[in-house]
Amino acid sequence: MKKIEAIIREERLDAVKKALEEMGLIGMTVTEVSGRGQQKGIPLQWRVGEYRVDFLPKLKVEIVCHGDDCGAAVEAIMKAAKTGRIGDGKIFVLPVESAHRIRTGETGQAVI
Amino acid sequence: MNSGDTAWILVSTALVMLMTPGVALFYGGMVRKKNLISTLMMSFAVLALVSILWVVFGYTLAFGPDIAGFVGGLDFLGLKDVGMEATSYSIPDLLYMMFQGVFAVITVALITGAVVERIKFSTLMVFAVAWLALIYGPVAHWVWGGGWLAQLGALDFAGGTVVHINAGVSAAALVVLLGARKGLGREPMEPNNIPMVMLGAALLWFGWFGFNAGSSLGANGGAANAFVTTNTAAAAAALVWILLSWRTRKPTLLGAVTGAVAGLVAITPAAGFVSPMAAIAIGAVAAAVCYFAMNFKAKIGFDDSLDVMSVHGVGGIWGALATGIFANAAIGGVDGALAGNLGQLWNQIIAVGAVMAYSFIGTLAIGKILDKTMGLRVKELEEVVGLDLSQHGERAYGGIK
Repeated sequence: MKKIEAIIREERLDAVKKALEEMGLIGMTVTEVSGRGQQKGIPLQWRVGEYRVDFLPKLKVEIVCHGDDCGAAVEAIMKAAKTGRIGDGKIFVLPVESAHRIRTGETGQAVI
Repeated sequence: MNSGDTAWILVSTALVMLMTPGVALFYGGMVRKKNLISTLMMSFAVLALVSILWVVFGYTLAFGPDIAGFVGGLDFLGLKDVGMEATSYSIPDLLYMMFQGVFAVITVALITGAVVERIKFSTLMVFAVAWLALIYGPVAHWVWGGGWLAQLGALDFAGGTVVHINAGVSAAALVVLLGARKGLGREPMEPNNIPMVMLGAALLWFGWFGFNAGSSLGANGGAANAFVTTNTAAAAAALVWILLSWRTRKPTLLGAVTGAVAGLVAITPAAGFVSPMAAIAIGAVAAAVCYFAMNFKAKIGFDDSLDVMSVHGVGGIWGALATGIFANAAIGGVDGALAGNLGQLWNQIIAVGAVMAYSFIGTLAIGKILDKTMGLRVKELEEVVGLDLSQHGERAYGGIK
């Protein structure tokens, strides 16, 4: 099992969700996060003058998938989240040790 | 007593009262999240505190029988002999007292904008008591209570000198003592809620109709003129600020509402003396001078945090001088420089200079004493944590759930 953590633009969430759904990957957790990449934040305006906001709002989409599905899922997210402009985000893939469904007590592959 | 006048001033008093919570929201939206409660609390606590101080001793210091042109005597201490009858105007004495009381409240609340995010709450409360007695009471007496500036013929329709210059300059004096917020210019100090700033500014604009149109002390043509000049100046100033910020950057909502407040400040002393066309000029120039004052302040690193001096001080100075320039005898009974009466402008200059000097030096003295005794500023750690938690044990937004 692997976990995919994708940091994406807020406005690309629907496209990402749809692309994963089409692959049969329904379950996901979405969190509002803020962070920065190479562009180092953006300037905003005060009444006169500017101040810099270092961390920009993004969404973090977390899904856990079977090893075989992961490559395709990453591809799908990559395609759906891409605009080609700076700030499109990043995807990280992590190993997952175990999974448990709270309602039934099931564990392992069946859970996801 | 006139029931129409009384009804209008009752309403105006309520309108002006609402301006202080308006100031709270206006300022509250501009600070960082960790200081939101503290900023709101400063205005709200002042509303409660000054309401009491005013009926106990504030009113008599400002409007008691004249002592040497400087301050009112203690005849009305505890509202003794201030009753339900109308003895000076066509409204009950008690109502006149209350109308003036809400002006005193908002003046003290305005000052807090310069000292947010670092002043000790307990010291601020003691400061309010001393400042009302030693600065506001005498200055209000000079201008409105029959004191020396009133005798000189200086004009201040609704509080350009008494409220705005007085608050702005006193705020600047406190900044001299307090210094800048930790991290100013290095850390981002992003406003936590700009829609809240607009809500506050809108309440100010709305309340200002009571402030200015109420200052005619009657339901009459003068009130109508003040109503129109007030709205017109605010609108002109908001538009000019939008244009100015567009010139260099983008038109911001924060700038637009700030412009409106600058226009409202500047028209305050003039509202009952000038025409609506003059109000356009007064508002437009107010936005420009306040905009450049704000730029200058930022450049020299003077942490008048929410621009009390740049907007109320500078806007009030311009408004007081503009009254001497644009006053029109057909409207308020007095001509200004444009109508050939240069002497009026001179009177205005004297009033501006006197109030600036008195409030700056007086506030500096009060602040210095409090700094030595109670301490003016919170501890460094308390400032880093934020004043909401360190001063009030409360936070604006809850955690999970």
